[in-house]
Amino acid sequence: MTRKIKKKMSRAEKNEAMWGLIFVAPTMIGLIVLNFYPILYTIYQSFCKTGDFGRGNTFIGLTNYQSVLTSSEFWGSLLNTLKYAIIEVPFGIGIGLVLAVLLNRKIAFRGGYRTIFFLPMVAAPAAVAMVWKFLYNQQFGLLNNLFGLDVAWISDPSTAWISIGIIGVWSIVGYNMILFLSGLQEIPHDYYEAAEIDGASGIRQFFSITVPLLSPTTFFILQTRIIGALQIFDLIYMVMDNTNQALSSVQSVVYIFYKYTFTNGDRGYGATIVVCMLVIIMALTFLLQKSEKKWVFYG
Amino acid sequence: MKSYQARQRATQGLIHIILIICSITMLVPFLWMLLTAFKTLTEATSVNPFVILPSSWSFDNFISVWKNYNFLYLYKNTILMIFWRVVCAVLTATLAGYAFGRLHFPGKNFLFSLILIQMMVPSQIFIIPQYVMVTSLGWTNSIAGLVFPGVVTAFGTFLLKQGYQGLPKDLEEAAAIDGCNIPQRFLWIMAPLTRSAMVSLGIFTAVFAYKDLMWPMIVCPQVESTTLSAALAKMQGQYSSNYPELMAAALMACIPMIVLYLIFQKQFIEGIATSGSKL
Repeated sequence: MTRKIKKKMSRAEKNEAMWGLIFVAPTMIGLIVLNFYPILYTIYQSFCKTGDFGRGNTFIGLTNYQSVLTSSEFWGSLLNTLKYAIIEVPFGIGIGLVLAVLLNRKIAFRGGYRTIFFLPMVAAPAAVAMVWKFLYNQQFGLLNNLFGLDVAWISDPSTAWISIGIIGVWSIVGYNMILFLSGLQEIPHDYYEAAEIDGASGIRQFFSITVPLLSPTTFFILQTRIIGALQIFDLIYMVMDNTNQALSSVQSVVYIFYKYTFTNGDRGYGATIVVCMLVIIMALTFLLQKSEKKWVFYG
Repeated sequence: MKSYQARQRATQGLIHIILIICSITMLVPFLWMLLTAFKTLTEATSVNPFVILPSSWSFDNFISVWKNYNFLYLYKNTILMIFWRVVCAVLTATLAGYAFGRLHFPGKNFLFSLILIQMMVPSQIFIIPQYVMVTSLGWTNSIAGLVFPGVVTAFGTFLLKQGYQGLPKDLEEAAAIDGCNIPQRFLWIMAPLTRSAMVSLGIFTAVFAYKDLMWPMIVCPQVESTTLSAALAKMQGQYSSNYPELMAAALMACIPMIVLYLIFQKQFIEGIATSGSKL
């Protein structure tokens, strides 16, 4: 009798295992073909030299790494990418948080504001970049004409990176705000009432209640935005013409990856750039995860 | 009491002022896109800051861009790419999500760790081999090529797995006692309950595919076969300074998604916010 039950159980288990494997099969086969094999292929490619017109691979060992890691263009692009992140991440998060706090209350037209701030998230970056390029135009752009300026927003190497950063902040603020809003709604209202009774000012409440209790949300946004910012491509590709003299002070790592791989057809060199980027992003992810315990407050 | 109310009102006023300034900043680029699209080239490049409205609301720029770039094809390509990516992603992720969330099978933890690894790796690392595969399959300049990297989704699997995990156990047990086998339980009981997660994934996939620039530029270099985003990049190269026509094109590329967003706001915001980790 007991044996019979056991056998029956194991048949049910077998059945479950079979269906489990059938259900995950499409996804897993897809991931292996589309993602895991490509990771290995890209790493292999980075040890190869691509022939003319992108044909033929010759194994050349670490030569690509040597030329990437000694090229000022690669390090320059890495620096440019970091500069972009230094604008987009803190300002995008800071403004997003302020907007979320302002909207996290009974206020007229609340839904309308939310809709407006989130709008850039559904616009194609290519289109967004085109408008901004026009707004930034030195001769007849709206910004210079409206404020009576004569700034070379995107063609002066010392301002172009800030101009690109502004587009990045403008594009992401609404998204950060939405994430902060859902984080804010999880903070119990009693805390604020208690603080109110104790006579804490609004600003004091913000720093003593909101900021620590919101830190898991902030950490999530910080992590995804840092990694997202390091992969910036669309805005730079669309705003900076390849004749723009400020290009070399703005082009990002992914931009030069695209340029070498698909414009110049040197896949080996492109693969090397992207593998270096992978290493940097993985190291950063690891560091961020390690730092999480230090400043994130899980109540 | 009165002074408290007055202060309250002043705070509200101040908040509105800040929010209105921010709203204007968010809207001006869209507004300028709209206004410029109707202007003539001379109006658009006028240095007089008071030339805000076009002198006449003519659709000439739209017509000219529509003809030169055959927007009909661009819309068709973009819609088909989005459609197939959403169908494939939701289908495969629902199946895998159910298995990871509810079933026991050998290798489950290992396979799930592959999902997590894929989510951590920057997607540019997949592009060269994916491109090589698309070329050798002869899928360049085709919808199949556009859809190719999006047929499965690690992120969507993760999202759906969470959806399935959150469902109560009793439902499925009751169905099992009634003699439902696993596919029946999945299809008739569990899958309908994760509809909101599926909608989120669908919207996220659609918006992500719509915004993507690099992949369509690589696999569909021909204008007739590419998407709206990639076509905008091409146009910019050609019409570099005909701003009214560029803005007309940008507006035509943006309008469909903005209209959908305004109709399905709640689903859009939830979909993108709950599934935003890869955007």
